[in-house]
Amino acid sequence: MTDYGSISLTGRKIDVSQKEMTFSEKLYLPGIIKGMGITLKHFFSKKVTVQYPDEKREFSPVYRGQHILMRDENGAERCTACGLCALACPAEAITMTSAERKPGEENLYREEKYASVYEINMLRCIFCGLCEEACPKEAIFLTEKISNADYSREGFIFGKDKLVLKPEQQVL
Amino acid sequence: MESAFLIEKGVIILVVFGITMLIALYSTFAERVLAGYFQDRLGPNRAGPGGLLQPLADGVKMFTKEDFIPETPNKLLFILGPGLAMTTALMTSAVIPWGRQLTLFGYTATLQAADINIAILYVFGVISIGVYGIMIGGWASNNKFSLLGAVRASSQMISYEVAMGLSMIAVLMVSGSLSMHEIAENQHGFIDWNWHGHKFAWPSWYVFKQPLAFLIFLICAFAETNRTPFDLPECESELVGGYHTEYSSMKLGFFLFAEYVNMFISSAIIAIVFFGGYNYPGMDWVHSTLGGNAETIIGTLVLFAKIFFFIFFYMWVRWTVPRFRYDQLMNLGWKILMPLAILNIVITGIVLIATGA
Repeated sequence: MTDYGSISLTGRKIDVSQKEMTFSEKLYLPGIIKGMGITLKHFFSKKVTVQYPDEKREFSPVYRGQHILMRDENGAERCTACGLCALACPAEAITMTSAERKPGEENLYREEKYASVYEINMLRCIFCGLCEEACPKEAIFLTEKISNADYSREGFIFGKDKLVLKPEQQVL
Repeated sequence: MESAFLIEKGVIILVVFGITMLIALYSTFAERVLAGYFQDRLGPNRAGPGGLLQPLADGVKMFTKEDFIPETPNKLLFILGPGLAMTTALMTSAVIPWGRQLTLFGYTATLQAADINIAILYVFGVISIGVYGIMIGGWASNNKFSLLGAVRASSQMISYEVAMGLSMIAVLMVSGSLSMHEIAENQHGFIDWNWHGHKFAWPSWYVFKQPLAFLIFLICAFAETNRTPFDLPECESELVGGYHTEYSSMKLGFFLFAEYVNMFISSAIIAIVFFGGYNYPGMDWVHSTLGGNAETIIGTLVLFAKIFFFIFFYMWVRWTVPRFRYDQLMNLGWKILMPLAILNIVITGIVLIATGA
């Protein structure tokens, strides 16, 4: 018969012992002095604080932050409002409205169809990156930017004004 | 002469009051920074250079909070509580000798507000009144948690006062005086100690003559100031906030501030009674070469260095030792510290008779 009490799944099991305290343990003082030595060591040790607005923690190369809608090499928006990102999104955070490109707007939108409204609800978004994987046009990406805090719920619904890459930011 | 005396004492009281307030103010800041450092953090450093304006920001915050008074039949007592706690915390500093004589414009002033011959008794008396501030505040809050905190505070402080007083008696047997000034003066100079032909010179501080009394007094001082590991009266995890649960705004500020003032004063008493006060090695040499004023000023600075060390020690212990359980607290006070203090008195008496002192 198996002794179920001795099973340790993590291998870190320690049996609780209720043995009588020795004299030096009853005195408490040696223990307190030892503990104070430990805290004093921490007092002089290197601090782990990252002073956020001044210094930023280094991101992992696969970090997924705020979304961005990319432009192509001519500065036209890549998104064609196919809706695959909205379909892929497990949190249902993405909504969009498509529109047809008018003649003379070729420099603004790459294909004949584009997203006139593109909104991501940042309160719903779980930053999983499935939209980025679903996109066939390489239009949506998750950047290393931490999305800002806001005072109202409406402020967390990011429209195209916040999502589309600014022309001056574009690096070719 | 009479008016000069009044002016001298008035100035000393005002300066001591100011310094006490300033140190208590910056103790709150030091506590937060030290807490950070002990936990591998940095602590508050945003307000002003290195966070030095943080206490001011805290003060402004305290003052602008709503001054809430709960539904209680004892509104006067509710207001009296924090006031009493603060008053008694500040009263003790009157008998503390901050230094020797200072001669300014031909007038010699002693750096002590009142050199009364029962100073130690006065300190213990004022400390006992300090219980009333907490007790009245907790009672008038009309709240179970506050009352429990107040009951805990009063029983804890009364229990530890016994061991504290008894540990002090052994020191008084050695010093032969209740005056703080004379206790400090007695610790001037060195004890020559001959050990197998090797000559040692110890500072004649009472901590070397009465180590056990020092240990008991130190532990009791922690309990009297309601600091961790004896902070059962406020005990956030069990009693919400203990006796100051219902307090807000500057009334709460007074309670919290009184704790820091108490910490400063008890550090001063420990430094003076056990660590020689304003005495330091090479004092006579400074007196003969640089004069009496330099000796006094260095002595006062040395005293403050000792006080700051003990304030640091208070905070160091706070972030090391977890809170005692209530029965452990009572066991320690009545069954360990009190018998030890009595034993210490007996041993001191035997040694004093044997050496014919």
